[in-house]
Amino acid sequence: MAKTLYDKLWNMHVVHDNNDGTALIYIDRHLVHEVTSPQAFEGLRLAKRKLWRVAANLAVADHNVPTTDRKNGIADPISQLQVDTLDKNCDEFGITEFKMGDIRQGIVHVVGPEEGATLPGMTVVCGDSHTSTHGALGALAFGIGTSEVEHALATQCLVLKKSRSMRINVVGKRATGVTAKDIILAIIGKIGTAGGTGYAIEFTGEAITALSIEGRMSLSNMAIEAGARAGIIAVDEKTIQYVKGRPYSPTGKIWEQAESFWNTLHSDADAVFDMEVEIDISTLTPQVTWGTSPEMVTSITGLVPDPEQEADDVKRGSIEKALEYMDLQPGMAISDIQPDVIFIGSCTNSRIEDLRSAAKYVQGKKIAETIELAIVVPGSGLVKQQAEKENLDKIFIEAGFEWREPGCSMCLAMNADKLRPGQRCASTSNRNFEGRQGQGGRTHLVSPVMAAAAAIHGHFVDITENIEA
Amino acid sequence: MQKFTTFTGIVAPLDRANVDTDAIIPKQFLKSIQRTGFGVNLFDEWRYLDMGEPGMDNSQRKINPAFILNQTPYQQASILLTRHNFGCGSSREHAPWALLDYGFKVIIAPGFADIFYNNCFKNGILPVVLESAIVDKLFDLVTQKTGYTLTINLQDKCILGENNDSIPFEIDEFRRHCLLAGLDEIGLSLEYSDEIKSYEQKQKLQTPWLFTDLMES
Ligand code: SF4
Repeated sequence: MAKTLYDKLWNMHVVHDNNDGTALIYIDRHLVHEVTSPQAFEGLRLAKRKLWRVAANLAVADHNVPTTDRKNGIADPISQLQVDTLDKNCDEFGITEFKMGDIRQGIVHVVGPEEGATLPGMTVVCGDSHTSTHGALGALAFGIGTSEVEHALATQCLVLKKSRSMRINVVGKRATGVTAKDIILAIIGKIGTAGGTGYAIEFTGEAITALSIEGRMSLSNMAIEAGARAGIIAVDEKTIQYVKGRPYSPTGKIWEQAESFWNTLHSDADAVFDMEVEIDISTLTPQVTWGTSPEMVTSITGLVPDPEQEADDVKRGSIEKALEYMDLQPGMAISDIQPDVIFIGSCTNSRIEDLRSAAKYVQGKKIAETIELAIVVPGSGLVKQQAEKENLDKIFIEAGFEWREPGCSMCLAMNADKLRPGQRCASTSNRNFEGRQGQGGRTHLVSPVMAAAAAIHGHFVDITENIEA
Repeated sequence: MQKFTTFTGIVAPLDRANVDTDAIIPKQFLKSIQRTGFGVNLFDEWRYLDMGEPGMDNSQRKINPAFILNQTPYQQASILLTRHNFGCGSSREHAPWALLDYGFKVIIAPGFADIFYNNCFKNGILPVVLESAIVDKLFDLVTQKTGYTLTINLQDKCILGENNDSIPFEIDEFRRHCLLAGLDEIGLSLEYSDEIKSYEQKQKLQTPWLFTDLMES
């Protein structure tokens, strides 16, 4: 029978089939960070359990780390304790950890692919919903809770229920200035934040093939924002070139074997999906969220919606609440929205390509006077190093941005980087929930180049109007 | 984990869709390395008027009287009735920990986000999915009579209202079984140790690159 990519990945990892839709699934790679792991290690200690396969785990602290001067450690003692606890747990259990100060430290979903620690064909889990990111490499990757972190540590397996399958076929050619971020925001706008609940999404189509691996990661990263735990993309030549030569990638004979296997990691031509969605992006324009859920999104050329026009009571209520929180008027032009803060970073958009596209826009320009803070937070120490080699740091600093150390930073504001109540932010992250970037803070999700343009102009602008190809 | 069989409690109506885990327990509280103590900060940004930080004396904080859980008798509520896509967003298990620590044992909604739904079972919370129309009806009942109670019978997979109307619900057999028996899932999986080992041996030959050790040389 013809199989979807999801079927193939699932089948090859079944350790024991319970024949009731659930199975014990083997986990090849487990990524660990400081926020969702302490209680799991504690659970292991209490039950006197050992790790099943120590060398399958990779740890890195990212959520709590400061992005400014790290010489004096972490100012907040509670954050420091959480990072110390991770260090201590990794030392005690023998897990490889990229500690603060290691050039390889960074956001877990940037670090995994960058190191070749996450590879095509793997099952990848992490106590973090954006683990979907690694699906861009043709891996079955999804976020788990802390109980499952403990389960994965102790057994190298998880009891999973097979998801239904959804294909999102993206056709058409992107206009210049339209990015993977705009594509995924448009998809979420179309299917809604619960549209993918219960599904594993596979992204297919010419528009996906045309994306770089980094762009594909931005896309898969936000599959969870459409409700799907996994967002996978078939392996192609770009995937293989991306993986080649990374520190933990196979070499020699094993590489050859891997490569021929990876070339089978796509859905069979006649595979049947439980749900099909098609989206044409040939007329897509840059997207900006106006509300407090990623599905509350529209085009840069659009308007803030009017709740009066919404027939559904629950939806109308949500729009009203969102506009009140965001302090926006119905019918206002999106391009009239003026952010106070610019955040370029997060596991969605902090890779080298993201920084290049933003730097290209700001080169030789200055940020608007109304901007209170503009920061660029590279996804990892290695991304930072690469950017500095290309002098991107200088371009950003010249323009008025701050150039920071790698970590999650203002994506969720667990460290010192947060919005003050009422501050409005153009952010390249993935969630615009109430309080996400700081209590009372207001978030507009955009692509890196859109955030860069908002910094320069002091309001959102349609970059497709005057971008050099 | 505690066994779950039948349960009766006061239902608190939270009339919002897409309640995300950041709203259930804001991130500043995730810095704790414990599993308990999150209840006082459940829905912190809605429940209090000031900005919550870990380590605060919550009894001294200004509460938001408009928020449902601050209204009597919902301080004692143990069943949460809410709208679709509850628990979306971050995978933090601190969300079910906070709900449980507050006293919630059951959450009823037309739909839940996948990871959150899964996390509930690991902590002995029962998430019940009901059709939107039935949830609407329950909202009517619960808002018409303050302190309305429901009884959840997991054995028979049904919910009883105060007038003894029975509403059936669906749940995976494996999950029902684990909740009823209060089973430790890790222990259950470890019973398959031999199968896990033979899987590893077989797979190591077929796909050795999946077994690259992440050890520092
Ligand atoms: S960058 Fe943001 S979304 Fe990504 S792992 Fe960090 S906190 Fe989560």
